[in-house]
Amino acid sequence: MGKQRITLSGNGRTLVLNNPVLTASGTFGYGLEYTPFGNLASLGGIVAKGLSLLPRQGNPMPRIAETPSGMLNAVGLQNCGFDEFVKRKLPKLPHKDVPVIVNLYATSPAEFAELAGKLAATEGIAALEVNISCPNVKEGGSSFGQSATMAAKVTEAVVNASGTLPVLVKLSPNVTSITEIAKACEGAGATALSCINTVTGMGVDLQSKRPLLANVIGGLSGPAIKPIALRCVWEVTRAVSIPVIGIGGISTPEDVLEFILVGASAVQVGTANIALPDAAFRIAEALPHTMHKYGISSLDELRGGLKI
Amino acid sequence: MSYPILSKETVLDLVPFGNSGQEAEFLALRLSPPAWKEIAPGQFVMLRLSGNHGNHIWGRPFSICRVTPRDLVIFFQARGRVTKEMAKLRPGDVIDVWGPLGNSLRVEKDTPTLLLAGGIGIAPFVEYAHTHPAPWNLSMEFGHRLPLDCYPFDSLNEKIDAAPHRENTVEDRDRFIALMEKRMQEHAKAKGLVLACGPTPFLRTVQTFALKHKVRTQLALETRMGCGVGACLGCVVQVALKASLIPPADSPVCKGEEYHNLQTCTCGPNFWAHQVKL
Ligand SMILES: Cc1cc2nc3c(=O)[nH]c(=O)nc-3n(C[C@H](O)[C@H](O)[C@H](O)COP(=O)(O)OP(=O)(O)OC[C@H]3O[C@@H](n4cnc5c(N)ncnc54)[C@H](O)[C@@H]3O)c2cc1C
Ligand SMILES: Cc1cc2nc3c(=O)[nH]c(=O)nc-3n(C[C@H](O)[C@H](O)[C@H](O)COP(=O)(O)O)c2cc1C
Ligand code: FES
Repeated sequence: MGKQRITLSGNGRTLVLNNPVLTASGTFGYGLEYTPFGNLASLGGIVAKGLSLLPRQGNPMPRIAETPSGMLNAVGLQNCGFDEFVKRKLPKLPHKDVPVIVNLYATSPAEFAELAGKLAATEGIAALEVNISCPNVKEGGSSFGQSATMAAKVTEAVVNASGTLPVLVKLSPNVTSITEIAKACEGAGATALSCINTVTGMGVDLQSKRPLLANVIGGLSGPAIKPIALRCVWEVTRAVSIPVIGIGGISTPEDVLEFILVGASAVQVGTANIALPDAAFRIAEALPHTMHKYGISSLDELRGGLKI
Repeated sequence: MSYPILSKETVLDLVPFGNSGQEAEFLALRLSPPAWKEIAPGQFVMLRLSGNHGNHIWGRPFSICRVTPRDLVIFFQARGRVTKEMAKLRPGDVIDVWGPLGNSLRVEKDTPTLLLAGGIGIAPFVEYAHTHPAPWNLSMEFGHRLPLDCYPFDSLNEKIDAAPHRENTVEDRDRFIALMEKRMQEHAKAKGLVLACGPTPFLRTVQTFALKHKVRTQLALETRMGCGVGACLGCVVQVALKASLIPPADSPVCKGEEYHNLQTCTCGPNFWAHQVKL
């Protein structure tokens, strides 16, 4: 099979991926956790766990719960912080062979800009992914993603601070109009959009009469949210002209092709990595064969080709 | 320690323990052995049933009860959604296995070592006792709720000095707890080592005695897990890495800020009693 390189270009910046299958932030650790299970360089790109300037301890336990065809999480963005990431994690990643994308989280546009600036000055990072949509952290996250004005402000702050580094903005499905937010981010200079983050939800235990998560509310992910994600990608790709990366419940190569059919340029595999540690590797490897099975000769030909 | 691998393994057989006549609650699952280079006692595996992708998202963690060139044995209790499905496995069925995962239970050849097991917590001690270089230095107190033949006790008893204690009543339980404390005190005097595996309330009791009598004690935790490989951060426990074995009297083990959220799956599941918050 030929090369499957994917080029994402928007607002004057470009990110080149090995192939269309990336890993989703928070489900693949720092990538290093998965080296026993596959070759990181065989992935389209690696998106690392959400990073903040300073280390964060995250939410109390329990933080995860299994739900029908999915899971809830309220990890609360526990991460090692910028310094530790640059010193201990990044150097061990094969960043010459696979694009390493850093998902970043902050509590104000100024802090976003500071972190983006530090990351842009660091060797080995291919792109930034701005988490404006995390539903877990009360003081920031969700509010940026819920207002078009705030989303644009954060996007602009990161774009201005990051030199020529491509900037992906990760959208939340927990909004009234995702296309309005998408257009605001495009207008503020985003290179591409990642679509979607988790869907807010909760679970309860009838026996103990307690919530399944200590945080009560968490983010739903996995196959359960795939139809929501497909709908969001479909709407967003028709509303903007920058590329869109589809995320949500992808666990087979067929799922990847479905997202591309509705308009995505690439995808990220999330919860499937938690279910089985070789999921992303297996999906990336099987994609050419699956395309062949469905008579698809190129992704460009399939992309956005939904017949209505 | 060697890297974990993911492999598909075949069910060799599934042996119910105990002859209650009803559906067996405790079973030994024997699988074809994964191509592991080495394992340490106290490590665990993640098992995932194939073909039920939609319903149960995650694999499930189980202690490595015994591993030989011929088989990998898991001893489990059918208590929830997946373990009840596992109780229906048949020879020839294939399941996903990733391991060996986690850290090791401490092995010290010449140290008198006390094993404390509560119920299903006996599982990792089978491998521990069979691979210990000086099993005559080991002794075990085993608290259990169901008849003894529900557990792999015999295979342990032939290797080490092990005593079973049935816990049917509150008095039984209190007697067992008092015995554990006495045995831990003995091991404190002998500069020994204590290893405990069982339900969380049981581990809390052991932890209290460990701090009170200042005896080096490792606790094998059973935290709910997602990935098993350190990535999802769903299995963290609070660990005070710098806490010393002998904390100042009547103070909390460690001040809040000094705790770190560490993954049970990669930094554990075996933690020192004076470092972990249960
Ligand atoms: C390192 C480690 C080693 C383990 N070793 C063994 C073993 O050797 N044998 C064995 O039988 N079990 C062992 N367990 C526990 C085992 O993983 C759980 O019993 C199993 O995941 C339950 O799955 P289920 O789908 O049947 O239960 P679910 O339907 O998911 O839950 C049923 C009940 O079990 C509880 N539960 C779920 N997961 C856990 C867990 N990880 N620990 C404690 N309670 C849980 C739930 O709260 C609920 O009350 C181990 C756990 C860990 C973390
Ligand atoms: C345990 C867990 C942690 C996550 N952490 C982050 C994060 O730090 N930053 C982020 O942008 N998204 C995070 N996500 C969201 C995923 O990247 C992804 O958008 C979402 O799970 C949907 O994809 P999926 O259904 O394939 O998992 C997390 C998801 C899970 C399950
Ligand atoms: S189970 Fe995912 S980090 Fe431990």
